[in-house]
Amino acid sequence: MKGDSKTKLSYLIMGMGQILRGQWVKGIAFLMSEILFIIYMVKFGGTYLSKLPTLGTVETYKEGRKTIYGDNSFLILLFGILTIIVIVFFILLWYLNIKDNLKQEELLSQGKELPSNKKLLSSLLDGNFDKTLLALPVSGIFVFTVLPIIFMICVAFTNYDKNHQAPTNLFTWVGLKNFKELFSFGTHGMASTFFQVLLWTLVWAFFATFIDYFLGLAVAMLINKKNVKYKKLWRTILVLTIAVPQFVSLLYIMKLFANDGLINGYLMKWGLISAPIQFWVDPMLARVTIIIVNIWIGIPYMMLIATGLLMNIPADLYESARVDGATGWQMFKSITLPYMLFVTGPFLLTQFTNNLNNFNVIYLLTQGKPQSMKLANNAGSTDLLVTWLYKMTVTDTNYKMAAVLGIMVFIITAVITMVVYNRLPSVKDEEGFQ
Amino acid sequence: MSNTDNKNDSNASMSKRKKADTTISYIVLVLISIVWLFPFVGLLLQSFRSYDPKVEYGGMVDYLIPKTFSLDNYRFLFSGETNFIKWYGNTLVIAFFVALFQTIVVLCVSYALSRMRFKGRKLLMRFWLVLGMFPGFLTMICLYFLLKQFGLTQAGAVPGLILVAVASSGMGYYVCKGYFDTIPRALDEAAMIDGASRARIFFTMIIPMSKPIIIYTALVAFMGPWCDYIFASYIAFGHDESYNVAVAMTRWVWTNDYQGYFTRFCAGGILVAVPVTVLFMLLQNYYVEGVTGGAVKG
Repeated sequence: MKGDSKTKLSYLIMGMGQILRGQWVKGIAFLMSEILFIIYMVKFGGTYLSKLPTLGTVETYKEGRKTIYGDNSFLILLFGILTIIVIVFFILLWYLNIKDNLKQEELLSQGKELPSNKKLLSSLLDGNFDKTLLALPVSGIFVFTVLPIIFMICVAFTNYDKNHQAPTNLFTWVGLKNFKELFSFGTHGMASTFFQVLLWTLVWAFFATFIDYFLGLAVAMLINKKNVKYKKLWRTILVLTIAVPQFVSLLYIMKLFANDGLINGYLMKWGLISAPIQFWVDPMLARVTIIIVNIWIGIPYMMLIATGLLMNIPADLYESARVDGATGWQMFKSITLPYMLFVTGPFLLTQFTNNLNNFNVIYLLTQGKPQSMKLANNAGSTDLLVTWLYKMTVTDTNYKMAAVLGIMVFIITAVITMVVYNRLPSVKDEEGFQ
Repeated sequence: MSNTDNKNDSNASMSKRKKADTTISYIVLVLISIVWLFPFVGLLLQSFRSYDPKVEYGGMVDYLIPKTFSLDNYRFLFSGETNFIKWYGNTLVIAFFVALFQTIVVLCVSYALSRMRFKGRKLLMRFWLVLGMFPGFLTMICLYFLLKQFGLTQAGAVPGLILVAVASSGMGYYVCKGYFDTIPRALDEAAMIDGASRARIFFTMIIPMSKPIIIYTALVAFMGPWCDYIFASYIAFGHDESYNVAVAMTRWVWTNDYQGYFTRFCAGGILVAVPVTVLFMLLQNYYVEGVTGGAVKG
């Protein structure tokens, strides 16, 4: 134990050193957090923490008509995790408290004065303004993103599903069992379904990203042509797709392609087909239709981005190429495309990962259907991992497998991002195109 | 002599080719426009189809142009037979408050990350990046429960949805921070020499200079809730009065109980789409600026 008596007092009662040295604002803040921590642990956190290893043992049972509630595994898990985080945070705070004490001691021993309370408070608007700005956003993210994610990661290692619903039933830790189930090819395993869905997810993301990218680029170049007038008009028509809420436009398009929809209706009236084309019923056709409809969504967005970037390409590059007698295609191949790929590398990567998780397009168009007997757990032929995850949560209440799937999605996204990101030319070589 | 002839010839063929090229360009553009506008035209036309069973029918039909134009569907929406006005109000309230608070949060986070250098800054950014790789609604059950503790589900779903959307919005700082990074730091330093505090610089200098990015952030935040289906349907589950338009109206298309509601869906869709689209079109330039800036920085 280092420090003088005031500091030593702070080892036990946080903030005492600061209060005794006159910095009572800071001292009281430390003291209050210690008091709150103790109250939290005694009144609340302690019991949950002690039950965390088993997630509860007291069953809920019925006494005549009355239900006597036992342990609630859900609450135990959630608040158990919260308590662990609170403890870690408290230890950190305690360490900061000691460090601050030692710093004060050093300042005083050098004969310097400690900053006044007023000065410390006003520093929250100046030197420490970052803390003021970030306090609320960071705690919001903690409560509504970090805590739930840790909770769900833990759920992947429990048997929380429709037969183990809190508060009526307990659930408990099962180790890696759920992961084994996901990767086993037996009758109870989900491996074959998982890999089929994963394959379609990757295929979908690939086509949705690159088809839209190149077509969007082509449309942007078409509108950018010198001899094309009313540029603003063409762009505005395309941009309508971004402006209209997707649930309106996509649901309408879904109905457009339905068996009793307009497209089939007209084709039949004109005598081109005798029976409706099964756009949403045939698995392969449904996949193709989704990708095509997504072009309708994706081109305008890409067109906007490409339009901005195309203007950045130095005109003299094209000029000198033209003097050398290059054709339009050659110029595209050796100037436009390399430039665009170079600049939009990171963007393409985020587009790809966004498409891996593109819930709206798939869900609004097909809800993952058509259903197939070959796929387990209600997965459909157009389901992405995320829509499958959603169905598991909402329809099947199979929370444990939804959590496992969520972790898999995270791993896939993270691996793709890391592997590709470091290979991007614009990351490897920032000056490359200047 | 022959030389100039040749040149004239090639010039003529050049301009001919150019003309053909222009024509083809226009043909392609017109085709594209037809494809892109068709769903909207269809939506609009079908929303005016009469609902009178003697004349027509509100479900799916195999023709585009209604036999009789009427305002039946719009009248139905405002008749009070459904909670349409309530749903619309809910969505508007959510969109407005999400836009307001999300913009404030994003501005705060972006300023702190762009201008201040503090311990753990890089770590925080990297941590948020990793968090973003988890699928968003993995956490749905947990969030539902958290909100339920505060009474913010079902009947209280509207403030609940606002809270969820705003709480995690700090992670979407990229575009705005990118914009702040382009404002020269020398300006800050000069102001600091004059004795201005960080807060003063933020409120009186940076914010007034950031009009485009503020409008972009608010616009994107405002448009999000109009198509929020996932969380809204889960959190408001079973409580018709707290649905937003997306949750309420998808039922009219998906569920068989609502046979014949298709034209009503179209009318509702038009009522939703028109104000949002007009707003977007007015602020289009800001959107383009934000989107392109964001794409280049990655």
